[in-house]
Amino acid sequence: MSEHSTAVERPLFSPFNVIASLIILFGLWLTYLRFTGGLAAVSNLDHNNPWGIWIGFDLLCGVALAAGGYTTAAAVEIFGMKKYHAAVRPAILTGFLGYSMVAFALLYDVGQPWRLPYPFIISPGVTSVMFEVGACVMLYLTVLFLEFSPVALEWIGARKLRRVIVRLTILLTIFGVLLSTLHQSSLGAMFLLVPSKLHPLWYSPYLPVFFFVSSIAAGLSMVIFEGTLAHRNFHDKMDKEHLEASRRVVLGFGRGASLVLAGYFAIKVFGIAIGNNWHYLATNYGLWFMVEMLGFVALPCFLFAIGVRERNATVIKWAAFGTILGIILNRLNVVLICFNWQLPAEARYFPNWKEIGISVFVVTVGIVLYRFIVTRMPVFYEHPDFKEKH
Amino acid sequence: MTESIHTLQEFMFQTKGMCYLLALCFFVGIITFWRFLNRNDLDQDMD
Amino acid sequence: MSRSRRDFLKLITGAGVAVAVPLTAEGHDHFTGYPDSYGILHDITLCIGCRSCEAACNKVNNLPAPEKPFEDLTVLDQKRRTDENTYTVVNKYDVGNSSVSPLFRKFQCNHCMEPACASACFVAAFTKTPEGAVIYDPSVCVGCRYCLIACPFEVPAYEFHDPLDPRVVKCTMCYPRIIEGKLPSCVEACPQEALTFGKREDLIAIARERIRKHPDRYINHIYGEHEVGGTSWLYISGVPFEKLGFRTDLGITPAPELTSGALAMVPIIIGMWPVLLGGIYFITQRKEKMAARELKDAVNEAIENTQASANEVKAKALAAAKQDKEKAIEKAVEKALKEAAKQAKETKEDNGKEDA
Ligand code: SF4
Ligand code: SF4
Ligand code: SF4
Repeated sequence: MSEHSTAVERPLFSPFNVIASLIILFGLWLTYLRFTGGLAAVSNLDHNNPWGIWIGFDLLCGVALAAGGYTTAAAVEIFGMKKYHAAVRPAILTGFLGYSMVAFALLYDVGQPWRLPYPFIISPGVTSVMFEVGACVMLYLTVLFLEFSPVALEWIGARKLRRVIVRLTILLTIFGVLLSTLHQSSLGAMFLLVPSKLHPLWYSPYLPVFFFVSSIAAGLSMVIFEGTLAHRNFHDKMDKEHLEASRRVVLGFGRGASLVLAGYFAIKVFGIAIGNNWHYLATNYGLWFMVEMLGFVALPCFLFAIGVRERNATVIKWAAFGTILGIILNRLNVVLICFNWQLPAEARYFPNWKEIGISVFVVTVGIVLYRFIVTRMPVFYEHPDFKEKH
Repeated sequence: MTESIHTLQEFMFQTKGMCYLLALCFFVGIITFWRFLNRNDLDQDMD
Repeated sequence: MSRSRRDFLKLITGAGVAVAVPLTAEGHDHFTGYPDSYGILHDITLCIGCRSCEAACNKVNNLPAPEKPFEDLTVLDQKRRTDENTYTVVNKYDVGNSSVSPLFRKFQCNHCMEPACASACFVAAFTKTPEGAVIYDPSVCVGCRYCLIACPFEVPAYEFHDPLDPRVVKCTMCYPRIIEGKLPSCVEACPQEALTFGKREDLIAIARERIRKHPDRYINHIYGEHEVGGTSWLYISGVPFEKLGFRTDLGITPAPELTSGALAMVPIIIGMWPVLLGGIYFITQRKEKMAARELKDAVNEAIENTQASANEVKAKALAAAKQDKEKAIEKAVEKALKEAAKQAKETKEDNGKEDA
């Protein structure tokens, strides 16, 4: 909808476009290396460290940070917080793109990506937590696609189909929350199998609960954080309702995130008590654990609270940023940093630059798709032909 | 038939498999049931 | 399980049930593994570190020749692990005590009774066979490497260099040979009889017997009898196992038990979330509807009130006015009525908004 409001010109050779194209070209070259030389050609993965940043960052962080989709949809559609309605579409879009990028990264990570449907059609390994994660992510990707599709359908003007899907909103939302509960927690449950490899401060029978609860905080924070970035870059695309709602969203979600983080902090402490792991707190890993817990859980929690009390959006935005860093840190701790802690230092993993390159490439593709969609489709504004009561 | 299962792994394989099958049926079932339960309300909402 | 209970179960599971699903709840059943499954006992006190087993394994599995030949014992100076070209390694351990030192320990897949790798694999590529071997089917493997993550002994290796058809590799316990009635290659090759192949139960008995007869020679621990739920490979030694690179902190919980709780929550969430979320949805919806209805009622009431007073006015006017002016009056009233209703509605809505 180029005629919409005061759309700014977006030149073809903007710095963003140039850099993004370079990264993508570079990524294609790495792709070539990956599929001609094997995993060893582009990564530092080995027999002791079979999972690296593609799983640690792209998969685990990707899924956690894409939780904004289900949290926002649940708040608005199920809990009836209609005043946050304007936040739903951007959150669903990020969720959808986030999960798509997770799937995309997996194509690089697994040995035989063309066999990814095997668990569901050839040989289901139902005892595996990963089976459940895979099934849920696959189904949830479909749900997100359907949830997002009205936006694309409005864009191309397919009224009938849109009407059918909009009627399904509540069912889709319930399924979305259900599937998210399952796979967000199961990503943690995958590590239940490795009490002998994951440091006791991070290993806990509560792992699935930790992952689920922290994903809610991550989702709420991502909505706030992403809203901030979107405002900076796509202000011209936003309609009055969206602009008015965004302050309410920041305050409301900030309050929610603060509460969730407080609960998360508590259950993490309970986790130590249950495992009687207090003595590890006095070690180096314990110090690191406290950095995570105090610096990236307690502090953001407190900042959120202050920001909400003082109605200070800036503080809330910083708190959101801190929470996001904290979630990333937590996931990396579980998969990489505190995983294999029993191994001698020289046998530990550190990613090489090509691995990081592929991760950057994947994220860039996601951002490019995001820009493409929000500058064309009715994400930040309501389509004039489809305005309606909510 | 129980005695043909000798490992916990095999037991889980059988039972979880059954659970997933049932879950799949439940998914289909609940959608139908939801619509059955809310038919009137849905129609009202569309007015 | 008692005879009668088994028969009872048989009766109610019946012939019609296609999938063998025991009726007992998880946790009540105790699984003890396949009866008469095989195992291998490695007596570390007898091992001389000659690497004959490594050579035999390499040959029987058609693995590429190593950089240094198997006769080269300097290889032992480094701690090695299994990799894509090596299913088994022998490592040397200096344990301080010069009368027994150095000691050698053969390392390969332990063929767990409840394999973590099998529990982890989402295409069920691993099978614990009734013979005891844990075997791998490369034709379904997706290459997620969760099995490498899961194995508590850090055994499986992956062909990271293969771009198109990478596989997981590990010792097969010479399954193809076992079903032919032959000995595993490494066992056959061992010149010291440090490796014994046999029924796992018998091996445990043999190990116990050796420990009983030579308490000075062995410590009283059969590694693999209970570790992670038991393994088909068993080890006895004269020094504590942690000195020989074994992990003694693995516990005795079989892998599937670690995830069974979380997996058991899955059906609960699938069953209850629609109820919970649907319920919350109904409640919020009802609240909204009530609010809307209240608003509507208030508006209607206001309209009725104005209408009543308007009717009064109308009646008076009718009585007073003449026949020919009736039409004009009626129009005027109608107009006033609309105005009033609109006004009433607006004030009411404003009130409503403030309330909200
Ligand atoms: S030792 Fe490792 S690879 Fe071998 S059966 Fe056990 S879990 Fe699987
Ligand atoms: S790498 Fe292959 S065998 Fe191992 S868990 Fe994944 S699919 Fe299964
Ligand atoms: S049992 Fe067979 S595959 Fe395993 S180590 Fe011995 S020779 Fe190698």
